[in-house]
Amino acid sequence: MSDFTLPIRAGVGLKPEHYGDIIETKPDIGFFEVHAENYMGAGGPPHRYLERISELYPISLHGVGLSIGAEGPLDTAHLARLKHLNERYRPASFSEHLAWSTHESAFLSDLLPLPYTLATLHRVAEHVDEVQQALGRKMLLENPSTYVLFEESTIDEIDFLEAVAARTGCGLLLDVNNVMVSAVNHHLDPYAYIDRFPLHRVGEIHLAGYDEAFDGAGERLLIDAHGSAVLDDVLKLYRHTIARGGPRPTLVEWDNNIPDWQTLFAEALKADGVLARASARKVA
Amino acid sequence: MVATSQAQFAAALFGPETMPLGLTTARGEADQSRFAVYRNNVSVALIKALEGRFPVTRRIVGDVFFRAMAHAFIAENKPKSPLIFEYGDALPSFIENFEPAAGLSYLADVARLEAGWTDAYHAAEGPVLAASDLGAMRQPMQCRFIAHPSAMLVKCSHPAGTIWAANQLAEVSPIAASGAETILIVRPFADVHVHILPVQDALFAERLFTGFNLGDAGQEALSRNDHFDFGTALVGLVALGAFAAIEEKGTT
Repeated sequence: MSDFTLPIRAGVGLKPEHYGDIIETKPDIGFFEVHAENYMGAGGPPHRYLERISELYPISLHGVGLSIGAEGPLDTAHLARLKHLNERYRPASFSEHLAWSTHESAFLSDLLPLPYTLATLHRVAEHVDEVQQALGRKMLLENPSTYVLFEESTIDEIDFLEAVAARTGCGLLLDVNNVMVSAVNHHLDPYAYIDRFPLHRVGEIHLAGYDEAFDGAGERLLIDAHGSAVLDDVLKLYRHTIARGGPRPTLVEWDNNIPDWQTLFAEALKADGVLARASARKVA
Repeated sequence: MVATSQAQFAAALFGPETMPLGLTTARGEADQSRFAVYRNNVSVALIKALEGRFPVTRRIVGDVFFRAMAHAFIAENKPKSPLIFEYGDALPSFIENFEPAAGLSYLADVARLEAGWTDAYHAAEGPVLAASDLGAMRQPMQCRFIAHPSAMLVKCSHPAGTIWAANQLAEVSPIAASGAETILIVRPFADVHVHILPVQDALFAERLFTGFNLGDAGQEALSRNDHFDFGTALVGLVALGAFAAIEEKGTT
């Protein structure tokens, strides 16, 4: 069985607020994605619901706390918890971030940026190898949204991701909202980013809403907020991505100011429409 | 070119003014406001975690006070684990020593109850002892009762259970209770339940939860309270789902 078996449909992040609606209405949706850390308790309602929902839909397991980009070693206890979840729910995909979130014993509760150098490339590739060996499957590594750059960076972000994928055999998770956020924040052309991205390695796409602010010099600063619907410029960039690389499983992330189920489902249907049209074109 | 260490980056997330060395922007100069996005993200995420786990504590003190208290707590207590639902285990004891909350002597007890609620929510599944199982005891007085994996007793010197229950409603009415309460938190099946134990049963429950056998627990409870009724207390606790099993042999 392949390590990536999500259907080429839209899915959404699974939220406790929607457990009841999902089980009651059994919506026609491609998959649900869960943040692995929310299901690392021993028992209780989260597992009770995930078990039922995983019988009805493919599940994408998405880690937010493994800290693959950390200077220190991976937390083996955390890796063991991931392995347990992977065995229990047999998710159709496992993904994590090109970021770090722990330092020594402290968990910093954000996806923090790392410089792109030969040293960090080597370390990230080693960590990805370790994860894949522990889980016995390939993973997807997600491009980050960032607000700062590092003086010491010597490698372009796409080259960095491509090199990790080439070395480890991992796939990539392309977060189109993150592309927009980082491109605006670092004066890059988001379309040029997509056009240079190794789309053949992409096993899943993420979409989300961003917030807008201004930095110290009054420049537009986008913030990866996951607190609203996908914005038009990101949807347009998404259509361009699909047109160029073909349809891919697509997740709508909405983690803050969580809307009612119908609103979230409608967002998924938008992405589903883009995928269906692309698939129809492909067949024709 | 300056290299940025993660130690420095992590420390700066919690420092008010500093920014790690080696950061830049497309303009070619570091920008404090951009680093502040990370600082803000961390702070917002941790405060949100505490607000989610301690909704009644927050309601009692109000949003502004709670946020200030959370800031002070976070400064001294970084999460130790990516399992963010566990964050805040130490908030009740922090509140006990938090000077601005000194006037609200019951607040730490309410927070303790709320921390226990989350623990019960995420606790392992387990069998639930039924009243009909009691008949199978061969030597009842020698038996010990194994607590359900989700069950815990929270001993409060204030009526935290009554306060907590009153705050589950949209409108809070004045509270008549004033004494200590022993609270049983348990999730025998799907949902977490919070029970204020009858005063005369509290010591009995406590003793059973710490491994006393039925005879010793009952005798001590009776010696302290004339209203204690052995059968009523035991059947009551069992009916609430407090226990997983009976251990037949052995004494304390």
